[in-house]
Amino acid sequence: MMASSYNAKEEDGHVAVPVGGTIKNKKPDNTAFKQQRLPAWQPILTAGTVLPAFFVIGLIFIPIGIGLYVTSNNIREFEIDYTGTDIDDPCFNCSQSFSWNNTRPCTCALDFSLDHPFESNVFMYYGLSNFYQNHRRYVKSRDDSQLNGDINSLKNPSKECEPYARNEKAPIAPCGAIANSMFNDTLDLYYVHPNGTRIQIPLSKKDIAWWTDKHVKFRNPGNNPNLTAAFQGTSKPINWRRPVYELDTDEENNGFINEDFIVWMRTAALPTFRKLYRIIQKKNNMTPTLPRGNYTLEVSYNYPVRSFEGRKRVILSTISWMGGKNPFLGIAYITVGSVCFFLGVVLLIIHHKYGSRNNSADIPN
Amino acid sequence: MFCFSERSRARPAQGLPSVLCESDRFLHGLLHSWRRAKTQSGLCSASLLFEAASTSVFQRTLRTVYIGHKEPPPGAEAYILQRYPDNRIVSSKYTLWNFIPKNLFEQFRRIANFYFLLIFLVQLIIDTPTSPVTSGLPLFFVITVTAIKQGYEDWLRHKADCSINECPVDVIQQGAVVRTESHKLRVGDIVMVREDDTFPCDLILLSSSRDDGTCYVTTASLDGESSHKTYYAVPDTMAFVTEQEVDSLHATIECEQPQPDLYKFVGRINIYKEQEEPIARPLGAENLLLRGATLKNTEHIYGVAIYTGMDTKMALNYQSKSQKRSAVEKSMNAFLIVYLCMLIGKALINTVLKYSWQWSSDHDEPWYNQRTEIDRERHVVIRAFTDFLAFMVLFNYIIPVSMYVTVEMQKFLGSYFIAWDTDMYDEDLGQGAQVNTSDLNEELGQVEYVFTDKTGTLTENCMEFIECCVDGHIYIPHAICNGQILSADHEDLFFRALCLCHTVQVKEEETVDGIKMGLHQGKPTSFYISSSPDEVALVEGMKRYLLWLNFLCVSFRFELLHVLNFDSVRRRMSVIVRSSAGENLLFCKGADSSILPRVVSGKVEQVRARVEQNAVEGLRTLCVAYRSLSPADYEEACHRLSAAKLALQDRDQRLMQAYDFIERDFTLLGATAVEDRLQEKAADTIESLHKAGMKVWVLTGDKMETAVATCYASKLFRRSTQILELTKKRTEEQSLHEVLFDLSRTVLRERSVLGLSVDCQDYGLIIDGATLSAVLKPGPESSGSGNYREIFLEICRNCSAVLCCRMAPLQKAQIVKLIKASKEHPITLAIGDGANDVSMILEAHVGIGIMGKEGRQAARNSDYAIPKFKHLKKMLLVHGHFYYIRIAELVQYFFYKNVCFIFPQFLYQFYCGFSQQPLYDTAYLTLYNISFTSLPILIYSLIEKHVSVETLKRDPSLYRDVAKNSLLCWPVFLYWTCLGLFDACIFFFGAYFLFDNTTFTSNGQMFGNWTFGTLIFTVLVFTVTLKLALDTHLWTWINHFVIWGSLLFYVIFSLLWGGIIWPFLNYQRMYYVFMQMLSSGPAWLGIILLITLSLLPDVVKKVLCRTMCPTATERAQVGPLPDRI
Repeated sequence: MMASSYNAKEEDGHVAVPVGGTIKNKKPDNTAFKQQRLPAWQPILTAGTVLPAFFVIGLIFIPIGIGLYVTSNNIREFEIDYTGTDIDDPCFNCSQSFSWNNTRPCTCALDFSLDHPFESNVFMYYGLSNFYQNHRRYVKSRDDSQLNGDINSLKNPSKECEPYARNEKAPIAPCGAIANSMFNDTLDLYYVHPNGTRIQIPLSKKDIAWWTDKHVKFRNPGNNPNLTAAFQGTSKPINWRRPVYELDTDEENNGFINEDFIVWMRTAALPTFRKLYRIIQKKNNMTPTLPRGNYTLEVSYNYPVRSFEGRKRVILSTISWMGGKNPFLGIAYITVGSVCFFLGVVLLIIHHKYGSRNNSADIPN
Repeated sequence: MFCFSERSRARPAQGLPSVLCESDRFLHGLLHSWRRAKTQSGLCSASLLFEAASTSVFQRTLRTVYIGHKEPPPGAEAYILQRYPDNRIVSSKYTLWNFIPKNLFEQFRRIANFYFLLIFLVQLIIDTPTSPVTSGLPLFFVITVTAIKQGYEDWLRHKADCSINECPVDVIQQGAVVRTESHKLRVGDIVMVREDDTFPCDLILLSSSRDDGTCYVTTASLDGESSHKTYYAVPDTMAFVTEQEVDSLHATIECEQPQPDLYKFVGRINIYKEQEEPIARPLGAENLLLRGATLKNTEHIYGVAIYTGMDTKMALNYQSKSQKRSAVEKSMNAFLIVYLCMLIGKALINTVLKYSWQWSSDHDEPWYNQRTEIDRERHVVIRAFTDFLAFMVLFNYIIPVSMYVTVEMQKFLGSYFIAWDTDMYDEDLGQGAQVNTSDLNEELGQVEYVFTDKTGTLTENCMEFIECCVDGHIYIPHAICNGQILSADHEDLFFRALCLCHTVQVKEEETVDGIKMGLHQGKPTSFYISSSPDEVALVEGMKRYLLWLNFLCVSFRFELLHVLNFDSVRRRMSVIVRSSAGENLLFCKGADSSILPRVVSGKVEQVRARVEQNAVEGLRTLCVAYRSLSPADYEEACHRLSAAKLALQDRDQRLMQAYDFIERDFTLLGATAVEDRLQEKAADTIESLHKAGMKVWVLTGDKMETAVATCYASKLFRRSTQILELTKKRTEEQSLHEVLFDLSRTVLRERSVLGLSVDCQDYGLIIDGATLSAVLKPGPESSGSGNYREIFLEICRNCSAVLCCRMAPLQKAQIVKLIKASKEHPITLAIGDGANDVSMILEAHVGIGIMGKEGRQAARNSDYAIPKFKHLKKMLLVHGHFYYIRIAELVQYFFYKNVCFIFPQFLYQFYCGFSQQPLYDTAYLTLYNISFTSLPILIYSLIEKHVSVETLKRDPSLYRDVAKNSLLCWPVFLYWTCLGLFDACIFFFGAYFLFDNTTFTSNGQMFGNWTFGTLIFTVLVFTVTLKLALDTHLWTWINHFVIWGSLLFYVIFSLLWGGIIWPFLNYQRMYYVFMQMLSSGPAWLGIILLITLSLLPDVVKKVLCRTMCPTATERAQVGPLPDRI
């Protein structure tokens, strides 16, 4: 102790208790894990390994892209805007004279012609623009338990529905801004036969909503088959003309499980969107679903969009396995595939050049 | 001549009490007169004043302990009642009651946690876009995990405290031994401690079962020194051997208030006897038995408790070191600030855009989306502020709550790999590396300057006596004696001096853990124990030498009068002995620099020449001198020593002065040379460190020649190294100013000629302590000479190796500080094994202790402790490198993945009317960071190895690739952030064009906003995980498991989350969203495309960089370097 070369100044207050990590007098286990020697695959991204991958990606993506592009191009799609912003538009009057209190719907008819026949099933969409269904205040303004048939929520809508939760003390069913603003134009399609007769094209409103939505997520309150009784004591949404239990005459498509309603309740991702309205089923293999020729679209114009500079459209589209007309995916695939291929070539050149240079540079070492 | 079998009788331990006796008698008289003056002082007002002043000082700085709680006899001393804590040790931080509030408070004091708490509170208050759960749950998770960890640690501490506080202790009460619990001990209690028991509190030794009143103690648990140390009882109390006797002792102890220094104690005991004047005796550290130390070789002792509980020196030493922060942590915080700015910027931009967009009421409140009355009535400023907060909340995930936890877990768990490493396990010591702090793991990969001690670090500190030189004659043990006759007077004295002037003890029977010095001479086991290995080597060498010379066993008896202890400032020690002839002699041994100036006669030149020659060969030299003391000299010396020892204030300083006075006018006897072998692979290690771009500085207290020899041996200096000297010798010839400018010119000229290739000529600088302090001394204000410091640094920067010799411990720390503060702020590492290295270990960024022979102080104060110097190579080149790349990737990746996560939300605001609509579902927002993407990066950061251990060891230059925080510099950070932004744009716009006004199901049905978000989220999770997969170089089964496992978990979770109507949720927006998305072909194609596209740039960048300008690491990955084959 006496000869310990100890300097007093060093020690003051600097002594700590060792924390953790110490195993005294014990040799650490010689296991692969503890010694960081686990058997492992050690891939390295070199030009040599990446090159083939690039070529493979290029070779796979380009055909897929071409396939997608061709498919997309084969899809027939027809779009017609019926907002009625121009004075010449058939629906101009309707759009001008709009009032919520109108009891009589304003109707207008648009004529159009299809240059190509639509061979397979045709899907009829309505499209809205500049309509912010994805606005936060809007998105959350719904009560999923009410829509799921919960009696409690039917009578006491969630406060998320405010200011569309109650109408003069009576709970609104379905509550919320989404339900309140449900699209309520009626669209009818007529084929104008070359001989002048108008044939109404049958529009199917089945299967326009997700199966799970219709059968699980959305349910009418109670087990009461009589919807009028089930919705007793509730008020219709302010902007609706009819209460929810009069949406359709078909029991299977009425109340909360009305497919138009369900479709509307699925809020769109972007301010310009389309929603499935009707399906025109193909009758037989012989005739196209929509032969080429002239058509009339009859609109009962109920839905105001002019106030927020919105647009309304009707889209007729056939569907392939990849959905509607969207050249994006095909073009993107072709582009990415080509880029990969191109990069593969560039890398090959660089690899060749630098690889040999590196090798020659390394030899003198 | 004398014989070594007689040594045990002459050993200093037994002689020492007489020293005390001697000095105490003297002291007694001194104190007596002082006390008498004090008691009479009542008559004199002036002295009264003086006394009043002095008592108040005493009360502040001293404590008075009444042994056995007996009040002093009236008149002797005023009874000052002082309250002391009981002997309860409380190392725990919390109790059961205050755990939750206190722990929460502590946790929320951390800025990050507080930030998340704030976000959570904001979410609770305002109408938030995301549910409070999204930030509450991760925060709760983080807080809980930390609390559990801290609670568990505290519980362990409680348990340890309990077992300590309840351990039985024997206390003397009314003359009998009473067994009680440790925590009931109070100051003034007389305690009996038996052999192999630890002392329950700090005790003053009163008496021991040994007749000489000594006891042996090992302080292994305090400072790691397992050698036995001797403690002494006060001679006056030594005789109290039974309980009754001890209990009858009537005394008080005055001592300083508790202070943490283990080796410092100043006090005085006043013993009152009936009808006698009270006796005062000085108390020093040699009387103080510390709590935590263990009694050895002594049956029992009696001691009086003077410091208890939290006042004990051990408890005072519990306080933790100042926190060291790693460079990575600093860059992490800088990045965080950037992200915080980004966050605030985003929120501000969105708020401003929102209000300009909302200018028209069509946008603000279209007929289909009205505000509530309450909302409408709010003032627009409040609304804007709430909106700003809401945006903050929406984007707050960009600062990931889980990053801190992951980083901490990575550091904590990762540090186990160091402790587990068998390569760093030393069979002899039975210990592997030890991690004292896991905060600095990655700093090991950033070291630019290594400061190493020489003795015990570079060298073995296992001394072997090589030769001695008496008056220029050289004696070598085991060598054939060429008729050398040991008859000269000086030789006789020389060997006597070596045999007497030391503090070595003889240890019998027992084996000692630490230092084993076998002495096989009839008795099978007996050892010399000393805290200084030099002394053991000398004594052993002497023994071998003299035995070999076959001297007659003539025994001489010396009475040891005084020991003038060694200290590193004086660099010598002395003993004063009285020979049987009654002659008083002072023997002194020490460094030549401290002895030779004090020598007045003797063959100085011969000895000096030999010493220098030995030093050049790398031997440790000591000079031995003596002084014959006349009785008058002796009286003077005694007087000075005891006066100094009795002093309560500045005792050390006074002792130093006394020593200085006594140790003079020597006659030089000779010198010894002891070899300290280089540590195994020291040269290889230093060479590797050099190749790794580190600058190695050797800081030693040794003399220059020895140190230089060691430096050459350890390849610190190579033959080609041009040595620059900045030593006292040179500065004596020229002025410091000139020398400095000379050197800097040499260095700079070379560099300017050679341009950037600095490696061509390497310089080695040698500087000694004296010159260093001259350089560092703040020069006179006059310009020119004012800034030696800068010039010195400039020279140092251009030297690959620097040797600083003749350094005092504090100078070592100064050097480290100097380099730390230089303008590049390099990362420094200090490595050492002794107490004299502690200051530099604490000062450096990373302190590494070697579990050496000079005790464990360095290891205890270090951040990492390793058994041998050679382990430094693996520690830095392998572990440090790995930890650095791991944590660098961890930090960058965390920011990257959160940019990818949040930026699409930001973009989405432009398409949802700046309404703070979240893109992702609550569950995704919550779980993204804590479960979908957390494990792969954690595992990566624990086990990634981009190159094999062998390659790293073989090619130290790879270390340069990670030097200077290169993976966390701003360009790299920018690259990762840009990559994140690019990927985020790909995700968002890819999904946007996919969704743009069309359907992509085969049944014509449409998807909503949640499918949009889920699609982006799916691409995000896959991309981010696969990006990590691309970065992973080591695919063990664990990596496969966590990477594919977390992707699978995401899919399963999404299926489950969307598969059921969850009754506890008030919304069902995710119902079947994920399944519907998967049922669509284009969604699959889109996901694949977007993932490929997002990963593409990174892959291309990697391949291009690797091909066009590969780093050394990248070359090493491909295969062994061509020139190494």
